Amino acid sequence: MNLLTATYHQLDAWWWPYLFILIAGWFANDMWRILGVVLAGRLSDDSAIFTYVKSVATALVAGVIAQLIFLPSGSLGLAPMWLRLLSVAAGFAAYKASRDNVLVAVLVGEAVLLGLWAGLVGMP
Amino acid sequence: MSGTPNSGRPMDIPAEPAETVSTARWFARGAQQFLSIPAMILMASFVGFAGLARASGIGLVETVVMAGGIWALPSCVVLVGAVQTGAPLAATFIAVSLSAFRLMPMVMSIVPVMRAERTSKLTLLFLSHFVAVTAWVFGMAKLPGLPREARAAYFAGFAVTLTSGAMIVAGVSHELAGALPPLLAAGLTLLTPLYFTVSLWGAARLASDRLALAFGVATWPAMHWLEPNFELIWTGLIGGTAAFLVGRRIDAGRRRRVPADTENAGMEVGP
Repeated sequence: MNLLTATYHQLDAWWWPYLFILIAGWFANDMWRILGVVLAGRLSDDSAIFTYVKSVATALVAGVIAQLIFLPSGSLGLAPMWLRLLSVAAGFAAYKASRDNVLVAVLVGEAVLLGLWAGLVGMP
Repeated sequence: MSGTPNSGRPMDIPAEPAETVSTARWFARGAQQFLSIPAMILMASFVGFAGLARASGIGLVETVVMAGGIWALPSCVVLVGAVQTGAPLAATFIAVSLSAFRLMPMVMSIVPVMRAERTSKLTLLFLSHFVAVTAWVFGMAKLPGLPREARAAYFAGFAVTLTSGAMIVAGVSHELAGALPPLLAAGLTLLTPLYFTVSLWGAARLASDRLALAFGVATWPAMHWLEPNFELIWTGLIGGTAAFLVGRRIDAGRRRRVPADTENAGMEVGP
């Protein structure tokens, strides 16, 4: 069996999940961290390449954020889509209104989700 | 880094010469910063992550290994998402490494802030493993206010404690995840997108950084519909390229209006 095309739950061996995490988890992350240390000081942080790399990186993380909002797993997926979007938007608005206070953003976002869900939509 | 909590006022560190304070003391002082709002939000996010991992059929030990071995929460979430959708190892590796690509510029920009003359490359390689959004924002905000000799130890104290705490939290909550009421579990899952959105916005220095955040969120649904297995890669490439091209024009326009170099990338915080 070709390990590269095997999924996480496909093989029965005890070591398979750990090998999967080692390659697709640890190495997929730390190769960039190691490269970052190696390249530190070479690439200027106001160069266009650096800015481009950072833009792609930020958009990738934004994609992760979108995935968590549009297609969440677990019980958050039971909340209506508009409520999930509204909660994050309210948290962001509170962040700006409070002059960049992360705690206020989190509290407002959570209050909108949990308050409206329990109050208007009905408990899950 | 005015965009982070606790960064507005000077630090609660007495102004004694660095030589009189041992490395262990600086490590301990860094570790004390575990009791802070960003660290607590991150711990709560790992409660949500453990629930996600459990729902995807990932065991307790594997979840703890993921938390400590990957550490960056977005990568953890991408990996769990790939496991959940049954993606093969090669495709999972590509998706995770593309989402982890941003760690390289993050590490590249924190290393010049963190190192002193005597800091070895081995120490930096070890510490680089602990660089992720929370620790990076913390380091970029706090380290410039410390004596250079203290920085690596202080960062190590904070970051190693943070990672260890997250592993414990992930393990305990994986065990308890089934018992969480759905409303609470949903609230914990929401913490991650909430916290990432505002902390990335706070760490943004250029128009392109902020545009990339907005474009990325806006691009994802279309990419998910067009390329369900490679949506993150395309989101990053298309959203990021568009943000770079538009942002460069905005930043260039701003630089023309601001004669001093105040618009230089603010990430270089040197002596």
